[in-house]
Amino acid sequence: MSDAAIPTPARPAPITLVGPIAWVRNNLFSGWISGLISLVLLFLIVKWALGFIEWGVINAVWSVPNNQTQACRDLRGTGACWAVITEKHRFILFGTYPYEEQWRAFLSILIFSGLFIVSAMRSFWRKELALVWIGALTAIGVLMWGGVLGLNYVPQERWGGLVITLILATFGLAFAFPLSILVALGRRSRLPAIKALCVIYVELIRGVPLISLLFMASVMFPLFLPEGMNIDKLLRAQIAIILFAGAYLAEVVRGGLQTLPRGQYEAADALGLSYWKKTGFIVLPQALRLVIPPLVNTFIGFFKDTSLVLIIGIFDLLTAGKTAIIEPAWQGFGIEVYLTVGFIYFCFCFAMSRYSQNLEAELNRHRVR
Amino acid sequence: MSNTMEAVASAARADAPPAIMLDKVNKWYGAMHVLRDVSLNVALGERLVVCGPSGSGKSTLIRCINRLETHQEGSIKVDGIELSDDLRALDAIRREVGMVFQSFNLFPHLTILENCTLAPIWVRHMPKAEAEALAMQYLERVKIPEQAKKYPGQLSGGQQQRVAIARALCMKPKIMLFDEPTSALDPEMIKEVLEVMVSLAETGMTMVCVTHEMGFARQVADRVVFMDRGEIVEQGPPGEIFENPRTDRLKLFLSQILRGH
Repeated sequence: MSDAAIPTPARPAPITLVGPIAWVRNNLFSGWISGLISLVLLFLIVKWALGFIEWGVINAVWSVPNNQTQACRDLRGTGACWAVITEKHRFILFGTYPYEEQWRAFLSILIFSGLFIVSAMRSFWRKELALVWIGALTAIGVLMWGGVLGLNYVPQERWGGLVITLILATFGLAFAFPLSILVALGRRSRLPAIKALCVIYVELIRGVPLISLLFMASVMFPLFLPEGMNIDKLLRAQIAIILFAGAYLAEVVRGGLQTLPRGQYEAADALGLSYWKKTGFIVLPQALRLVIPPLVNTFIGFFKDTSLVLIIGIFDLLTAGKTAIIEPAWQGFGIEVYLTVGFIYFCFCFAMSRYSQNLEAELNRHRVR
Repeated sequence: MSNTMEAVASAARADAPPAIMLDKVNKWYGAMHVLRDVSLNVALGERLVVCGPSGSGKSTLIRCINRLETHQEGSIKVDGIELSDDLRALDAIRREVGMVFQSFNLFPHLTILENCTLAPIWVRHMPKAEAEALAMQYLERVKIPEQAKKYPGQLSGGQQQRVAIARALCMKPKIMLFDEPTSALDPEMIKEVLEVMVSLAETGMTMVCVTHEMGFARQVADRVVFMDRGEIVEQGPPGEIFENPRTDRLKLFLSQILRGH
């Protein structure tokens, strides 16, 4: 009889229930059909991976002397010609920036990366971070333009590559995000003029493609300026991107605002919080947390959309990659260049994606019981 | 006869001016007339219970007092200040009037302690340490100081409602409004919230409670107001209202309440 005072001790689960063996059994070989599919897929993955290693590593040519690409051409596609990256990586990263000054563009990329990393750490989320941003962006401006502190002046037309992509994306989102919050709040305003303005802005901008906005910024906008006045082409493209991203982000933020129950506003009102304090402490913290996935989705989209500036003749990362293989000696090695450029894009986008998942989990901890 | 009741109530509390004065207040939701010529004075320190069937306008009435709803006709004076579109007057009133909601409305992304200190710090400009000490004092009074570091979602409904009371008290209001504070609670949690409200009543706080808890009304109310279809139908001391209802509407309401319990 076991109705005694000693409770039945817990036993470890059988091996068929927990551990890697159980996982493989349950997920890959739960029946003969799924087992067969798993085996076929496994075979294809291994075959493809081996093929890629053979092409990309074993048969690859890593460097060639003096643009003599014969060694690469002799491979006839059986191996990668990474020599094109060895030869052209500076062009892909820095565009036509003067060769001996390229350390400045490189340093700018490092500052951008450092800025992203610092901003991602929650322990640095305080008022001083705004100063760090101002400092970093000023430093990048000084480095890129030069003309002061003994640095040679480099006109904006010579900038290019990854730096341009990072500048467009960082400034774009840094200005578009606050703008989008104001617009989203404005669309819910009780003042008809503000509301109408915000609705018109969002609907107008969303109604046209980014390409046409960029065209307008580069071709039409200067026609309206007085004679002799000229605004930097990059700046015009930058403003177009900010306005475009702002409209899309505003709708995402508005979606978050709508999820907030009315009781939250009423509780804040009843405590005597003013509109801005209510918005800053109660409304936005809750609304923005809920829309982290669609926000980051839009961020990632715009990071890649910056490549559209190629149509108005700005050399971003993708355009620089494309231009690098125009030279006759290097024609035909597009795969290697596009893989590299794609990998750089992927690194930034994947980092954003992982970080957002992390942030989401951390910021929504209060919802876990 | 209602005037004599009010006279009795306010005479009992010196001759301080009424904390809340409503004079012929009318309100419409679209075409629906939800408050009809409501006049009511609440004396300083008085405990008033408002009851009535759902849709009778009792919640609307209490929400007009701190202007979560706006009235269209008549005047409402709180602590001597006329309610109008003047934002400064509104700020002043909301600082003096605390409110507890049926659905608690705690801020889910802030801890219990932060829920309590937010308004004192940012509206009353109290130093953080002082606000926290004050919050802990009130959390002890509602008997949940040990939950201060948790988030609202981790607490039971009764605990959340007690936090909501503490949060309102942290603003040191002169008047407390309760909008059906126990209606969203399980029976075993109603008791713990009512206990807190009774002990608050014992401190002499001016309270206006919309509630169906007749036991609570009997125990602490100085006066019970019965509303139906947007107007005040009867009012008087709880004993009189419950034992000698004069109107059929109140009789019907009381029989329904008793059947429900």
